[in-house]
Amino acid sequence: MTQLPPPSTKKLGLVIDLDTCVGCHACVVSCKGWNTENYGAPLSDQNAYSGAASGTFLNRVHSYEVQPEQGAAQLIHFPKSCLHCEDAPCVTVCPTGASYKRAEDGIVLVNESDCIGCGLCAWACPYGARELDAKEGVMKKCTLCVDRIYNENLPEEDRQPACVRTCPAGARHFGDLGDAESDVSKLVAERGGFDLMPEQGTKPVNKYLPPRPKDVEPEIDILAPYLEPVAQDGAGFAHWLDKALSALPGGPK
Amino acid sequence: MHPAPSVIIFNTFSGLGFGLLFWLGMGVLVPTGWAAFIWFAIAYIFAVGGLIASTFHLGHPERAIKAFSQWKTSWLSREGVCAVFALITMAIYGAGLVFAGTRLGFFGVIGGLASLGVVFTTSMIYAQMKTVPRWRHWTTPAMYLILSLSGGALLAGQIKIAAVLLIIGGVLQMFAWGTGDRRFVEAGTDMESATGLGHIGKVRAFEPPHTGTNYLMREFIHVVGRKHAGQLRIITIGLAFVLPVALLLLASNHLIAALAVISHIAGVLALRWLFFAQAEHVVGLYYGKR
Repeated sequence: MTQLPPPSTKKLGLVIDLDTCVGCHACVVSCKGWNTENYGAPLSDQNAYSGAASGTFLNRVHSYEVQPEQGAAQLIHFPKSCLHCEDAPCVTVCPTGASYKRAEDGIVLVNESDCIGCGLCAWACPYGARELDAKEGVMKKCTLCVDRIYNENLPEEDRQPACVRTCPAGARHFGDLGDAESDVSKLVAERGGFDLMPEQGTKPVNKYLPPRPKDVEPEIDILAPYLEPVAQDGAGFAHWLDKALSALPGGPK
Repeated sequence: MHPAPSVIIFNTFSGLGFGLLFWLGMGVLVPTGWAAFIWFAIAYIFAVGGLIASTFHLGHPERAIKAFSQWKTSWLSREGVCAVFALITMAIYGAGLVFAGTRLGFFGVIGGLASLGVVFTTSMIYAQMKTVPRWRHWTTPAMYLILSLSGGALLAGQIKIAAVLLIIGGVLQMFAWGTGDRRFVEAGTDMESATGLGHIGKVRAFEPPHTGTNYLMREFIHVVGRKHAGQLRIITIGLAFVLPVALLLLASNHLIAALAVISHIAGVLALRWLFFAQAEHVVGLYYGKR
């Protein structure tokens, strides 16, 4: 049923560190790889080798420029996938029961054999976490690598989502956000982890860690006196050139 | 939002068909025999034709039967259940009129109300979307109901009812547009809340995650369709509301009535196009677009 289960005590999810992410897109590639080669319909591409390439991805990395009121702009890489919301609006709109939230660990999944591809769940998701596969006509979304994290055929270190396992910067963390004592929960508490679009009321399980404040460069004044612009002493060729060019019509004063 | 032709056709023609079924069910006109057959045929062609068109945008229409199961939470499922109930009930009512020449009033009233129920459940599919602030308002179901009732009355040849409802509809539509234009900003979702980076400064999309387009951008970001919104609004008000009312007041013969219906349908098609093309989904913010 597409009724949401009562909130589970176990809330598996990701914590994404926007301070550490270098925007390499390795998580995008490993996600596409794992989820194409394993469970469910593969993630198809259309016109992959043309100028109009398009395809299904469960994880995408945006890059944003953030301009503070003072100081230099910051570039922040921003991976985005399903947030496995507690109040998942994508689940309740599903007419067939294909979309569901697992009662035991809170993972939001799609039963592809029940999906009619109406796309309503993607409409209901504010995060763009669901994409209708153009080849298979079914809705695809992040499974939190449910076929890895419980998979006893894999070595223990591989029993985490492919994106987390592959991240070379350690910007992605996987764990139980329902357990206040878990590493991920401590990380969120320590670093001030936040929700995306909290006003949408979806109560996402995944959290984002804000970029750490940039270091303020201390004033280095040992060499500073020697670095004064030469033209300011009112002498020399550069000064003459500055004067001469400024004197021309339209020249800067 | 991407204005999918199949969904625009569904919304327009099913709305008209179920509107006509409502007036037939309520006994505003009580045809019998062959006349009844023709009236019901028109209503069913519009209502069912629209429903069939709506399945064209599904990835797996062959599994559509499963969509009747989740009526407890899903407006789309409720719409399906309501549509089947309304069509069966009205078929019994219609059969009474066509074959026995008797009006089974109970079936008519229940089927008529269920027909409006279909229109209401359809509208709630859109009105429930918190992600599309323009739709999340009482004017969305109100406009769906008014359009269905007025279009149905127009088809049923109920000139006075149609004229009054069309005037109300036109005014309400202008109100819906006027308030809808502000709703995205009022909803308070912006790039700062989408990224959670607002505490640092002003956020700008620097680089998208991919060089080409994707499903999300095709489905939710439809800038081109909004380009001529101003002109389309005037055309919509003119064709869907003003011209049909003027024609109805001018004269009442079959040709004029047919012209009024055609004008209304053309106007409603434009209205539905705008309903989708002007609706902005919050996911566009992640792409720095709306």
